Amino acid sequence: MTQALLAIEDLHVSYRGHDSTAHILDGVDITIGRGQSVGLVGESGSGKSTVAFALLGLLGDNAEVSTRRAAFDGRETSLGMDEATALRGTDIAMIFQDPMTALNPMFTIGTQLVDIQRRRFPRQSRRSLWARAETMLADVGVPDVAARMHRYPHEFSGGMRQRVVIAMALLVEPKLLIADEPTTALDATIEAQVVEVLDRLRQRTSASMLVVSHSMGLIAELCDSVIVMYAGTVVEHGPVHVVFSRPRHPYTRALLACEIDPYAAFDLSQDLATIPGTVPDPAFRPQGCIFASRCPARHDRCSERPPRRQTGEGRTYSCWQEAA
Amino acid sequence: MRSASLQIHLGFKLATAALAVAGSVVLLMALTRLIPGDPATVILGSRATPEAVAALNARIGLDKPLIEQVFSFFGKVASGDLGEDVFNGRPVLSLVLNALPNTAAVAVAAMLCAVALGVPLALFSARWPGGKTDRMVAFLSVGFISTPSFVVSVFLLMVFSVHLRWFPVLGAGESGDLGDQLWHLVLPTAALAAGWVGYIARLLRSSLLEILGENHVRTLRAYGVSETKILMKYALKPAILPTLAVLGMGFGELLGGAVFAEVIFNRPGLGSLIYDAIRTRNYPVVQGGVFVIVMLYVLTNLVADLSQSLIDPRERARLTSGRGH
Repeated sequence: MTQALLAIEDLHVSYRGHDSTAHILDGVDITIGRGQSVGLVGESGSGKSTVAFALLGLLGDNAEVSTRRAAFDGRETSLGMDEATALRGTDIAMIFQDPMTALNPMFTIGTQLVDIQRRRFPRQSRRSLWARAETMLADVGVPDVAARMHRYPHEFSGGMRQRVVIAMALLVEPKLLIADEPTTALDATIEAQVVEVLDRLRQRTSASMLVVSHSMGLIAELCDSVIVMYAGTVVEHGPVHVVFSRPRHPYTRALLACEIDPYAAFDLSQDLATIPGTVPDPAFRPQGCIFASRCPARHDRCSERPPRRQTGEGRTYSCWQEAA
Repeated sequence: MRSASLQIHLGFKLATAALAVAGSVVLLMALTRLIPGDPATVILGSRATPEAVAALNARIGLDKPLIEQVFSFFGKVASGDLGEDVFNGRPVLSLVLNALPNTAAVAVAAMLCAVALGVPLALFSARWPGGKTDRMVAFLSVGFISTPSFVVSVFLLMVFSVHLRWFPVLGAGESGDLGDQLWHLVLPTAALAAGWVGYIARLLRSSLLEILGENHVRTLRAYGVSETKILMKYALKPAILPTLAVLGMGFGELLGGAVFAEVIFNRPGLGSLIYDAIRTRNYPVVQGGVFVIVMLYVLTNLVADLSQSLIDPRERARLTSGRGH
């Protein structure tokens, strides 16, 4: 197998407070192969977006980031601010979560699409960058581009704005494309269209993708492998079809159970599935298994840190349970 | 094409402005008549006969009920007449027009100074918040904002004019001699601008920092757009809007608020004209002077308001037709 595009071992991110330190990420490993698409799934507070932001050095100044090893495109990096900053807008591009606020309301789409390409193509004229942006907008399905380039964000619908945000990421021809909750802020019909755009794009570009989402469906649609995160740790990871069809970790199973099955008969008496309890406070992380307090299969050994197990299908999971 | 909504917007603004002008003039006329003493006492002395007082009041129209005086004032204003000085009969309009350039010069110079210094200071502070520049600007700004401009005036006068003799002490300079006039302008401008520099620096800094924390700035950062470009282009434009509104008000306030500076530096401006008129109960001059100040105040606010709508594309879209949402 060729060398992975991105390999990070033991990623830690913490914020130092006045009297306590909040550990947002606690030993996360991520490997993304070239041309591969990896999903990062977990509920709110699992730290999945923090992973994405750490890759770009977009965490606040008070964040402390450390890794045992991190390599991007064959070069060792420290994910320190400077090196992560160097990858911004050239090797790594990000599709942001909320298209309503991700664009500056005071400038035209065209101006913004030109300025974000400057870092990547410093020698090109404004005219040629403008032309590239126009072509790309048409490509992601924005109609009437020549006129739309002169329009302001408030003149676009949510779905169209999300296409603009996607076009932004594609314009810089990155090696790694990060999509942070690309469809969360959209309503269902537009979500389907945007997923289609992302899917089409996936088949066409050679870029690797990291899709951050709480939607299992989106990940199943777009990704080759999936990393399931809980409270800043990776609880299970492996190929999408393996993990989603035969989940091993109780948290993965609980998450999958929470998905609504559109084909199931509608039953009023049946409550929607939930996972009781909440994600532990990152300032007071429990010893042992981090999921133990909410786990239905909890037993005595869960007060110790669980072992990392492999199932031979390219899957690893961290749990005391041998097999389901 | 401009739509009807823009006309409605403008009409509404103008109507509010007219109402504000009318209201403040009525209030002012009532107030001047409430303070003890009237032109008759000042002109004829306290031992004048009631007949003489009545005759004088009749001549300058003070014998009529207040409401009638208000209407006659606005009636004259409509034909460009602000009344006459009770003492020497000179038209108030020419008194005001003579004084206005001196005041406007100080107000414009002070505002320009405040913007020229305040905006860069705000940009520096917002670029490195919590840094040395930021803390120093914060300290000085608060100091200057909280020091009344007349205190600064007296201080500047003592140090630079009386002690060091670098600048002239009093007056507005020889008329016709532009250099001399500019020379006389320095200290009053500095006195009035000091607080505004600090005010603009603080206000713009906080709106810049707010904008810099928004998602669209994060987008630009994620694409490696330089911090300088983000600050000077993408953050400054939205952040300038609240400052612009304050500038409009500030300019109007400087026109009237220059009173202290004008009295202290003995500049023959609107402020000192009105100040003297109040002391001598010269009602028409007070009314005419304040009327012009209120007009200018309302006008500058209107301009600030409209320029705000022109800068913000969302406002522009709301006011013009043709583009959908």
